[in-house]
Amino acid sequence: MSAPAAPAAPARRSSRSRTGVRMRIRKPWRLLAECVTVLIAALVAFPLYWMVLSAFKPAGEIRSDNPVRWTLAPTLDSFRRVFTQQEFGRYFLNSLLVAGAVVVASALIAFLAATAVTRFRFRLRTTLLILFLAAQMVPVEALTIPMFFLMRDIGALNSLLSLILPHLAFSLPFAIWMLRGFVKAVPEALEEQAFIDGASRSRFLWQILFPLVLPGLVATSVFSFISTWNDFLFAKSFIISATENSTLPMALLVFFDTETPDWGGVMAASTVMTLPVLVFFVCVHRRLVSGLGGAVK
Amino acid sequence: MSVATGKAATRPRPAARTGAGRPTGGRAPRRSGPVRGGRWTPWLYLAPALVVLAGLLVYPVYQLGLISFLEYTQAQVSGGQPTSFQGLGNYTELFSDREFWRVLLATVLFAAACVVSTLLVGCALAVLLTRVRAVPRLLLMLAALGAWATPAITGSTVWVFLFDPDFGPVNRVLGLGDHSWTYGRYSAFALVLFEVVWCSFPLVMVTTYAGIRAVPAEVLEAASLDGAGVWRTWRSVLAPMLRPILVVVTIQSIIWDFKVFTQIYVMTGGGGIAGQNLVLNVYAYQKAFASSQYSLGSAVGVVMLLILLGVTLLYLKLLRRNGEEI
Repeated sequence: MSAPAAPAAPARRSSRSRTGVRMRIRKPWRLLAECVTVLIAALVAFPLYWMVLSAFKPAGEIRSDNPVRWTLAPTLDSFRRVFTQQEFGRYFLNSLLVAGAVVVASALIAFLAATAVTRFRFRLRTTLLILFLAAQMVPVEALTIPMFFLMRDIGALNSLLSLILPHLAFSLPFAIWMLRGFVKAVPEALEEQAFIDGASRSRFLWQILFPLVLPGLVATSVFSFISTWNDFLFAKSFIISATENSTLPMALLVFFDTETPDWGGVMAASTVMTLPVLVFFVCVHRRLVSGLGGAVK
Repeated sequence: MSVATGKAATRPRPAARTGAGRPTGGRAPRRSGPVRGGRWTPWLYLAPALVVLAGLLVYPVYQLGLISFLEYTQAQVSGGQPTSFQGLGNYTELFSDREFWRVLLATVLFAAACVVSTLLVGCALAVLLTRVRAVPRLLLMLAALGAWATPAITGSTVWVFLFDPDFGPVNRVLGLGDHSWTYGRYSAFALVLFEVVWCSFPLVMVTTYAGIRAVPAEVLEAASLDGAGVWRTWRSVLAPMLRPILVVVTIQSIIWDFKVFTQIYVMTGGGGIAGQNLVLNVYAYQKAFASSQYSLGSAVGVVMLLILLGVTLLYLKLLRRNGEEI
């Protein structure tokens, strides 16, 4: 930004801006900055665009030496191949099932725990909170080996349970930590009022507190959902022989893991796998931001 | 996973003050105390969480440590041979292995490169966002949201495809012919770095942007009246005020990038040619599940756990110093 602009601007500045940053830039600079921004946005979005584009391209265009930036003959061939060749629909359903189970279970358990650490004072409370924070830092991937044996010992290997349980454990500390802010934001007067009116503790918990914390639960769930949906390591390690219980990443790798990958198939499968997260993200991102704001209070 | 802690520190200072205004010490008599319900009510609420965490987090950590002291290969797994205690045997074997040190060094350097690039890109774009009007800002935000939401595995496949020597657009645009990015060690790491930065800068950007917006306008006006330029404003005004946010984001990035698995595994085909692109996580996985040396894999896991524990302690210390209320 230009120092020379400063003397000319003050009068206009105070009337014009709330942010205090934008108005100090003279027009041509702002225009340049905006062009750069749009360019970067295009660059950042390009991989996703290319993924969707390649999923719709006919096979001949994908395998051409001179890739073009659009296609005149969009086709669903790749998607058809993906959905028929492998049991893709089944994998998709498995992924949904695992993510759904983790989201519901972790939301309920985390809600109870967050209530306990915010609405009560008890010994070890601070210790517990630090432990929850530390638990978030545990490198999940390092626990693959003992987790593998644990799942084998309880006979969960090769079943969806072997994906649900670890993800539940790994998303809980974060969910509790995040929900804490939402529960805290509910005024205590409300609680006292409820008890004066004769509500029992569980009635207060489920009929008053729970609906109030729901937006926070949604925000928290997004993270549980995404981390579970995106999981690759456990899906690869714990579902070994029972391929009917595999999840989406494995289906994706089937197309990818060969000498000559079927790029159309890979991109179509990637699109199908990315879409739910993307939709989820865009739908809740406003709520997410306000939710995070809530977590901050 | 770790966004919330990031957000927790996004809190503008005033909010933290009001929070701290309430009695927080454990000794405060019944702050919001149970009007009814005994001393055991909180533990009742905590029970499901504690059971799950004890069984599926604490116990595996204990197991990890235990296995790293045992001899544990395919024979022991199938029950053919009894397990035997090795003491520090696995660790001495690991530490005398040149490959382990090479992988450790690669992991540290790669994570450092990722963290620095992510922070630079994220902060620069956050500053850029504050100087443009709504439409370009929305465009960049949406694009970043897309990159953020993309699962690691699909991001990896797409980036490999973009840089594919035969059919990818990047080599065409750059005129590199059929140069293979995954063949050379450094170019393969660079490729993974691009993908990691692409999918992790949005968090930094959005968080820092929110932080900048929370800085009072008067402060920035005063800076510009004093004749501070962009760089000077950033260095002397914004960076110190954003310090708490930047600390959190940096530590989160370190933790993420240190344990990157999916990208390396998918993009370099399980660690690259002759394991040239291995990082600790993939190394542990390969040791355990590809060559059945579960105890060596666990030892690598323990090393990783300890390093990240160190980072976490540092994080807690910085958080405390920033006056965060727990």
